[in-house]
Amino acid sequence: MFYRETGEFRTSYPNDSQTFPIKFDRRLYYIMLFAAFGVIPFLINDYWANAVFVPFLIWAMAALGLNLLTGYCGQISLGTGGFMAVGAYACYKLMTAFPEMSIILCIMFAGVITALVGILFGLPSLRIKGFYLAVATLAAQFFLVWLFNKVPWFYNYSSSGQISAPERTVLGVAVTGSFTEAWAKYLFCLTMVFVFAWVARNLTRGAIGRSWMAIRDMDIAAEIIGVNPMKAKLSAFALSSFYIGMAGAMFFANYLGAIEATEAFGINQSFLVLFMIIIGGLGSIAGSFIGAAFLVLMPVLLKNILVGQMGWNTAIATHLEFIIIGGLIVLVLIVEPHGMAQLWRVAKEKLRLWPFPHAS
Amino acid sequence: MKFKKMIFAMLIAGFAAPAAMADLFVPWLAYRTGPYSPGGIPVADGFSDYMTLLNERDGGIGGEMIVVEECETAYNTQKGVECYEATKGKGALVYSPLSTGITYQLIPKATADGIPIHSMGYGRTAAADGTVFSHVFNFPAHYWDGASIAVNHILDLNEGDIKGKKIVLVYHNSAYGKEPIATLELLADKYEYELMLVPVDHPGQEQKAQWLQIRREKPDYILMWGWGVMNSVAINEAANIRFPMENFIGVWWSGSEADVLPAADRSNGYKALAINRLGVDYPAMDDMKKYVLDAGLAAGNGDQVGTVLYMRGVYGALLITEAIRVAQKMHGVTDITPEMMRDGLENLVITEELMTELGFPNFGPSFAVTCENHGGEGIGYVQQWNAKDQEWTIISEAIQSEKEIIDKQIADASAAYAEENNIQRRCL
Repeated sequence: MFYRETGEFRTSYPNDSQTFPIKFDRRLYYIMLFAAFGVIPFLINDYWANAVFVPFLIWAMAALGLNLLTGYCGQISLGTGGFMAVGAYACYKLMTAFPEMSIILCIMFAGVITALVGILFGLPSLRIKGFYLAVATLAAQFFLVWLFNKVPWFYNYSSSGQISAPERTVLGVAVTGSFTEAWAKYLFCLTMVFVFAWVARNLTRGAIGRSWMAIRDMDIAAEIIGVNPMKAKLSAFALSSFYIGMAGAMFFANYLGAIEATEAFGINQSFLVLFMIIIGGLGSIAGSFIGAAFLVLMPVLLKNILVGQMGWNTAIATHLEFIIIGGLIVLVLIVEPHGMAQLWRVAKEKLRLWPFPHAS
Repeated sequence: MKFKKMIFAMLIAGFAAPAAMADLFVPWLAYRTGPYSPGGIPVADGFSDYMTLLNERDGGIGGEMIVVEECETAYNTQKGVECYEATKGKGALVYSPLSTGITYQLIPKATADGIPIHSMGYGRTAAADGTVFSHVFNFPAHYWDGASIAVNHILDLNEGDIKGKKIVLVYHNSAYGKEPIATLELLADKYEYELMLVPVDHPGQEQKAQWLQIRREKPDYILMWGWGVMNSVAINEAANIRFPMENFIGVWWSGSEADVLPAADRSNGYKALAINRLGVDYPAMDDMKKYVLDAGLAAGNGDQVGTVLYMRGVYGALLITEAIRVAQKMHGVTDITPEMMRDGLENLVITEELMTELGFPNFGPSFAVTCENHGGEGIGYVQQWNAKDQEWTIISEAIQSEKEIIDKQIADASAAYAEENNIQRRCL
């Protein structure tokens, strides 16, 4: 009824190849953008920012990065935590070495440094695939975290081995440090994530994204039709690490403010991001957001419902949380092995045909 | 539609933090799950039970009931931040994170929000300097005191000469475990012992490699900065390499029943530091039995009563509630704010008379918090495990840490922090 291509006439190629070809989708997208940029910043408080929105946005950024590599290019990586650590420590070194440098530049340079490290650890992907590659990236995870613990230069020789973010401003408003207002922190992260999600979406639609997908679907065939596997794989590693590095930098600078590598960027985080994209949907930008929302927000929600509203004992509630989230993950994967983004895709197909399910 | 609205409302309410309430609201960042729960459970139980005792026996403090709300962190920094944000809006008076990592995280946030932190014997040691850290308190003793007390004990055993002895520090590879290193290095220069560092990564269930290394090095003494399951694993491994237990000394977070029981008889003689005395032979603990335990109001399973860490929790609650009393007296109101609570903590004076009056004679050291000194006097004890009777006993007199070395170290560290964060010094 309302979800139709009928009546939409496109008169130019850009019009025809837009991301949201259906009016309903487009409107929904604009409404969400308006809410995110125009409404939430006025309502947000510290709790909503620090417990809900900022972690969601940052994890979505990390999931986006891993999705470029795993979802689009088909290379499995378990080094996400390590690459996030590179981003965080690079950002810290830049922030302390060049105090006058803009925080936006710091975060982007941290991404660039992570991209270089990512290319280095992506080299094995030229020879090995699948599980073997996963093990090679696992080595990156352990090596990088060990490195940031072992070499005091990375944490400026502080006695505790922690790094902490000094205050930095954007247009005169603090976005890192302890005096950051909730809305500033939120808007900063939102803008970063929005801009780079937009870039990612368009990357995947262009030549480079298509070469990744060709490699993912069948690397020998891709090579035969002229896709350079080295270029495709290494660019996937570089761009993926760029995103993950920025996520790590924001995780450190904007979200937590002080970090220590072992705890903040352990192997758990690598798995967490991998689960996000598997549950959200491999090879889908929206899937990265859905997956991040599911794994970051669900525990908070369950905790608040079980402890806050039902008044249960915190220990029992925590154990139950594990059970419920584990159960939900299994359920989602059984019902829809392609992730939650696929659910949305199927729903859209159904909507187009509704109310005549057998017409085609 | 109605159903959808209801679900939506529930979701929104599910994320939202509840509103502020009256009473003395004291949040407790607990961890009853995960690899650190052997330490987290008894401390949380002791803390809560003492608060319940005051509510049941005295009707709260100055007529105001105390509300303790636990928030599960699993010793995870990220969850700690979430807990902080979720509880601070309810008028939290003081935070006890029971985690050095979370304390590091909360120090700038809580200071900006004007809420004090009491990190009793943990957290950022430099916070003992009240001129820089206005809202952070780590009395009655901190890690650098602990390191010095342990070395002083070793000095006592060797008649003051430990030149050339080899001391190993086994530590949790985190901000917590790294805290004592600087002090131990300073003391190594002074007493000319040889210090060797052996880190153990979170969560510490696997330590074979570390203990192989230790066995090769044949140290004279081992110090341990461990927490959670790491402690019991380390004690077991020490027993496996037949290291003499009386030369193995843990910090006050590495010396509870849960740590030594898994190694059974082989842990006999293991030592640990203590910041308070042990056992339940105090008049107040009789009240605790009458008003809390027998009334079925105990927190948790009620099976931790009297253990070392349970009494640590009681001690922490006692210090906080006495600070509340001071704050009420200072400001003449009973329903105090976090800012008044801060004043209360800063003007807290614990004397032996006060402890006796509270029903805890000879339980902890006497000390006075001042504007400059938030770290207490730095007095500790050494306790030893007797595997046959299954009990910890204090085997030393009160040991004083080497204040001149530590004070200088604190002054340097806090000056560096002040410079890094542009903090104006107070109390001048």
